[in-house]
Amino acid sequence: MNPTEIRIAGFGGQGVILAGMVIGRAATIYDGKHVTLTQSFGPEARGSACSVQLIVSPEPILYPYLTRPDILVVMSQEACTRFCPEVKPRGLLLYEQDLIKLSKKCAPDVRTFGIPATRLAEELGRKLVLNLVMVGFVTAVTSLVTPEAVRKSVQDSVPKGTEALNLAAFEKGFEYGRAQLAGAASAA
Amino acid sequence: MKANPAAVLTGPHFLDGDQACCEGALAAGANFAAGYPITPSTEVVERFAARIPTVGGVFIQMEDELASSIAILGAAWAGAKVFTVTSGPGFSLMMEHIGLAAMTETPCVFVDVQRGGPSTGLPTLPGLADMIQARWGSHGDYQIIALCPNSPQECFDLMIDAFNLSEKYRVPVLFMMDECVGHMTEKVLIPPADQLEIFPRRYTSLPPAEYRPFKPGPDQIPEMVKAGDGYRFHITGLTHDERGYPAMNWRAQDKLVRRLVEKIRNNVDHIVRYEERDMDDAEIVVVAYGITSRVALRALQMARAEGIRAGLHRPIVVWPFPEKRLRALAEKVNAFVVVEMNYGQMVYEVERCAAGKARTVLVEHGGGTVHDPADVLQAIQEAAR
Repeated sequence: MNPTEIRIAGFGGQGVILAGMVIGRAATIYDGKHVTLTQSFGPEARGSACSVQLIVSPEPILYPYLTRPDILVVMSQEACTRFCPEVKPRGLLLYEQDLIKLSKKCAPDVRTFGIPATRLAEELGRKLVLNLVMVGFVTAVTSLVTPEAVRKSVQDSVPKGTEALNLAAFEKGFEYGRAQLAGAASAA
Repeated sequence: MKANPAAVLTGPHFLDGDQACCEGALAAGANFAAGYPITPSTEVVERFAARIPTVGGVFIQMEDELASSIAILGAAWAGAKVFTVTSGPGFSLMMEHIGLAAMTETPCVFVDVQRGGPSTGLPTLPGLADMIQARWGSHGDYQIIALCPNSPQECFDLMIDAFNLSEKYRVPVLFMMDECVGHMTEKVLIPPADQLEIFPRRYTSLPPAEYRPFKPGPDQIPEMVKAGDGYRFHITGLTHDERGYPAMNWRAQDKLVRRLVEKIRNNVDHIVRYEERDMDDAEIVVVAYGITSRVALRALQMARAEGIRAGLHRPIVVWPFPEKRLRALAEKVNAFVVVEMNYGQMVYEVERCAAGKARTVLVEHGGGTVHDPADVLQAIQEAAR
């Protein structure tokens, strides 16, 4: 199995880095794979472009940066426009569908899956947990990490006292993703 | 002596190199750090400041790097295990006190999370261009030990070694990270405290009347005391005699500075450490350290896939340089391909050791990102022709 490259991007304050940490910790601590995570962000605390990159591999990872991501997860229009062109042909694009308008030229040869993550997070009472909704969605749609590993990783990664809310957000995104996949399969 | 269990977070973690470096320092027994924030090193002391109250110790954010680097020396003489953390611009400011630490034989660790330079350069992007400065940056003649980790796991493991070496040889040890290693997050396995060997400080057992603060033992290294324990001692950056008092003449200079140099030189075989891959039949040897060594290893795998007989030599302890090993390799290989994130620094050491017996090729990079493995592969291919 080749290494899988994934980029999660949005703007600062959306919990992009934490989403990457949850997936990375799940993949390496609980699924036993090799993971290298790098991050990039502007000097501003919130509102600037923010991106986290992960390489997940059965073998030790030597080159630490992405070459071309297999999976792109975007939570803002700016991130989508900027990072879409680099996705591998027949790669995966997962996006926040209420915040992003996909254009055909943006992603001609990738499979796309949208989710109203912010709205689903609001249904749980906190818009803040949209990142965990996205993590659930990624877990369902890709085979990058096992849901059991992510559930454990969420417990380790989120602030004490917020575990239940964040797990609920994860489950919400996970269920939405499974339903989408089932829909895609029956349509095909 | 074993590590203090209260300071060791045994278990698997998902940490960046800076955080792992901090955990290594804590596991090694560090209980005093002073620093001035600078990207990309700040996370080390940020974590230390949060963790040290649960372990017992002190962190002080000082007014600048001069103050930070002298504060740790004072704290060491008061009995603490100490380190400071910085990046290029701060490292330049600390040079004077690295020399003072060498002259006063103060055990201490300086962490330099290297970024692109010179000057303020590239604050958030990697460089590995402080390597010669680490060895020769302070004035006068002295020896230091420097280590160069290439992963968060090594930031933990080697930080313990850094403290142990500083205590064993009573020298400043320089921990030469880079932004890429410092900011990359990977799995870090922290062993149980009883599996971590800690070299204790060399405190004297002599009564105060017989103690001479700079009288070397049979291994050329003197014993320490702690301020406030009832011993009279004097510490100065001036050339000093065994009592620690200034003795400014050529005999005292030769006796002291020769010992500062020889206590490392005579123990090089115990200090030097390196990793090698695919060396048995190698005709080309790739030499690389820090994050660059991982990219070089990828290029090496590509070269091997093409049937090129190449191997990798990675200095883990970069100073003292693994001279004996490189000289031995030069006798049997055709070429060294030195991959550096600078425009040529450690390559001078490799050339010196090659002594004309093997060709030496530099694959340079200005920093800001890592080499493209294809560029390294090309240099290996050309060296193999």
